[in-house]
Amino acid sequence: MTAVAGAPPEAPAPAPRKRPPGRRGRLVPYWLLLPGILWLLVFFVMPMVYQASTSVQTGSLEEGFEVTWHFRTYWDAVADYWPQFLRSVLYAGSATVLCLLLGYPLAYLIAFRAGRWRNVLLVLVIAPFFTSFLIRTLAWKTILADSGPVVGALGALHVLDVTSWLGMTAGDRVLATPLAVVCGLTYNFLPFMILPLYTSLERIDGRLHEAAGDLYATPSETFRKVTFPLSMPGVVSGTLLTFIPASGDYVNADLLGSTDTRMIGNVVQTQFLRILDYPTAAALSFLLMAAILVMVTFYIRRSGTEDLV
Amino acid sequence: MTTDRGGDVRLSGISKTYGSFTAVHPLDLTVPQGSFFALLGASGCGKTTTLRMIAGLEEPTAGTVSLGGRDVTALPPYKRPVNTVFQSYALFPHLDVFENVAFGLRRRGIKSVKKQVGEMLDLVQLGEQARRKPHQLSGGQQQRVAVARALINHPEVLLLDEPLGALDLKLRRQMQLELKRIQTEVGITFVHVTHDQEEAMTMADTVAVMNAGRVEQLGAPADLYENPRTTFVANFLGTSNLIEAKVETASGDDLVVEAAGQRLTLPAARCAAPAAAGGAVLLGVRPEKISLTPADDADRVPAGRNRVTGRITAGSFLGVSTQYVVDCPACPEFEVYVQNIDRDPRLVPGAEVVLHWDPAHSFGLDAAQDIDAGVETAGADEEVAAR
Amino acid sequence: MPFVRRLKRNLVVVAGLLTLGYLLLPNVIVTVFSFNDPKGRFNYAWQRFSTDAWTDPCGVADLCGSLSVSLQIAAWATLGATVLGTMTAFALVRYRFRARGAVNALIFLPMAMPEVVMAASLLTLFLNMGAELGFWTVLIAHIMFCLSFVVTAVKARVMSMDPRLEQAAQDLYAGPVQTFLRVTLPIAAPGIAAGALLAFALSFDDFIITNFNAGSTVTFPMFVWGSAQRGTPVQINVIGTAMFVVAVLCVLAGLVVADRRQRRTS
Repeated sequence: MTAVAGAPPEAPAPAPRKRPPGRRGRLVPYWLLLPGILWLLVFFVMPMVYQASTSVQTGSLEEGFEVTWHFRTYWDAVADYWPQFLRSVLYAGSATVLCLLLGYPLAYLIAFRAGRWRNVLLVLVIAPFFTSFLIRTLAWKTILADSGPVVGALGALHVLDVTSWLGMTAGDRVLATPLAVVCGLTYNFLPFMILPLYTSLERIDGRLHEAAGDLYATPSETFRKVTFPLSMPGVVSGTLLTFIPASGDYVNADLLGSTDTRMIGNVVQTQFLRILDYPTAAALSFLLMAAILVMVTFYIRRSGTEDLV
Repeated sequence: MTTDRGGDVRLSGISKTYGSFTAVHPLDLTVPQGSFFALLGASGCGKTTTLRMIAGLEEPTAGTVSLGGRDVTALPPYKRPVNTVFQSYALFPHLDVFENVAFGLRRRGIKSVKKQVGEMLDLVQLGEQARRKPHQLSGGQQQRVAVARALINHPEVLLLDEPLGALDLKLRRQMQLELKRIQTEVGITFVHVTHDQEEAMTMADTVAVMNAGRVEQLGAPADLYENPRTTFVANFLGTSNLIEAKVETASGDDLVVEAAGQRLTLPAARCAAPAAAGGAVLLGVRPEKISLTPADDADRVPAGRNRVTGRITAGSFLGVSTQYVVDCPACPEFEVYVQNIDRDPRLVPGAEVVLHWDPAHSFGLDAAQDIDAGVETAGADEEVAAR
Repeated sequence: MPFVRRLKRNLVVVAGLLTLGYLLLPNVIVTVFSFNDPKGRFNYAWQRFSTDAWTDPCGVADLCGSLSVSLQIAAWATLGATVLGTMTAFALVRYRFRARGAVNALIFLPMAMPEVVMAASLLTLFLNMGAELGFWTVLIAHIMFCLSFVVTAVKARVMSMDPRLEQAAQDLYAGPVQTFLRVTLPIAAPGIAAGALLAFALSFDDFIITNFNAGSTVTFPMFVWGSAQRGTPVQINVIGTAMFVVAVLCVLAGLVVADRRQRRTS
């Protein structure tokens, strides 16, 4: 927001101007903004306010709710549901790390090694979106079926023994375990990691790799010292785009998990739509929002990419 | 000079400020109809702002713009009989060459544009490319489309904002001649903004040298070159050797000055500064006016010439000429260009030499100015242009 | 050991292709299982080949109805979000005004918010206002969360646009309206189209926000969700496969056309 050169601020109107002062012209941006901003204020900001107010209400569906500044709801919510909160962070965090590990090679491949296949590969990354994500998530029930080839292979390779020991799976099952939920989350949000990564990798001048090689960097040093640092904006926005929706998701936990893998999204959903305990649901949702905002702000600050927006 | 004729561009007291920054100081300027006028200066000197105020793309903070006696200050750009060739052309990427050129005609409600556009494209030798998109053209072709797109509207004035800046050197030379030819052919007033002094001097009838929001000097190219009135003009237009000197006598047609123990003369008429005996003055001389003689032959230098002694520190052979840098007591980096007619093998770095020139080729400037004004900016811009 | 060296050099290619496989595997399963003839209510285990579902895609009660509801909501949400978002984006890029920072933050926040939070808070609003949940509440919600994405897409395009193009238009006798219609809009069109496509996809596939605010209206994702509890008809896979194939064909056709045009003209 510097006032230097570029777009000049309004001149302090000396000497009588012959051109009509354009009062109408000056209002143009506000007219353009009005509908969109109004929409967001009424249907995004106002709901937040209502939610905050609901979270400190008491009462019941029959008698109605009333604001009583009952902050105990928050305390109870945390006391009752901290495992779900913790699980949300853990699952979403693992999924984000997995997305980064899986997505980076593919983004790199498309950006630097795909040649004339680049567009085809990009289409293939986006293509799954065209099938409803619920249908695709249900397909994982088939893939991870108890007696299916995937579980069989993992069992034969003793991978399941390791994951069981880590508490990620139970016995020779994958479905209805934390591993299945993380796997589903990773799958669902992978494109949100790949696309920003690709965008920032694609901007890197290929000659930088040659220059690094020319200056005695081995391929792995080139990657660590040149490519990866330059792709940081993509890494940051990719991790945010993965972590935020994953932490609030309840579809994967519901379809692929069990009652032991419930995340905070599941709790909010049940409280709101089944139990109809609006204050608790609102408090939980509010806490989730606050936690996410704090984490995102901290993360953006730390990674020094505040111009991300 | 000229009174208001049909297509004169007159700027009266025009100025532009952005907040506390003054881009253009109050300026009076008349561009006579049919002339090729250049606004020359380094980037940020206010030349483009001035041009944009003529185009109507920038609203002057004060003052008026009139075209052919009509005040157009209040008119928006689309109502002014003025067209612009933009820097980097601003060709519409979604329209082909034909539609780009036809754009102005169509906006003015002219239905049958085919013949006119065809003729205009032939004029700029782009008849074959009519259905191409701008990004499929070379830089020179894009430039010609931009010119055609503006000229087809028969504007009273054509404004050119660094139109050749994006072209390589050779193409630039070619387009300079081309633009000059077109201007002579159509007879429209051209106002040309550039930072390239050679370009301004080659093409324009009149050059206004701008610096820090003001016009430093205005005149025909040869006049500006021979008689600069400020150090900025002396350094920005070509190269000048400036010697800090003290005035000894200031009577009659000649000024006699003294610098580092050497007595030099310059015509009083060519001194832009008030000079009185005992005062300081800058004596200037262009590098190509100077002759070099080895110190051994010093006695063969004709009498009546200004002479300075020094030692050659560097020489670069350029084919037509050789450029020497000479270290003199009066001026540590004296530049001398010597035509390669008979090359004297004794003129090598380290050699003691006498520099001498006709006193009539000296000019005088006010010593209160920055002696290096315009030096670095010119150099920096040249680098930018070379890229 | 040339093989080992080649493998090492192409490690990133192998890893990338494995990820691509992971990404596409569920689509393969969905397609294969659209030809299944499952025993029982759930279509999770392979029984035998059948084209029954493909010959009768609407054979399940409410399935095609929900599809049509989803398409309608997506169409209207796209229209609304694109119009509002384009206006907002233009205002943000083309004008300086007070509260720009606040407006930018307001645009960014919905994208940085877990869906379940927006879903829940919107529901509290509707409940408090006594609004009847259904088609309209879903539409309102969809326009809300699509808006930010449209703004971002259009903004990127308008920002990369040379302001001199509009000045050139004005210089060539185009008034403000003509300049907008003949130059600004055509050049911004790819950004607007991208925003609109994104909005359509987001709206069509949204489940969480819809689930909270739909009342008794059933969209296609909600139908799938419901069937995951009650029994998954093969027709779901048929619809999923058909959408996938049609969309990929459209995109590939577009790529081929663009490629041809590129070659012909250059």
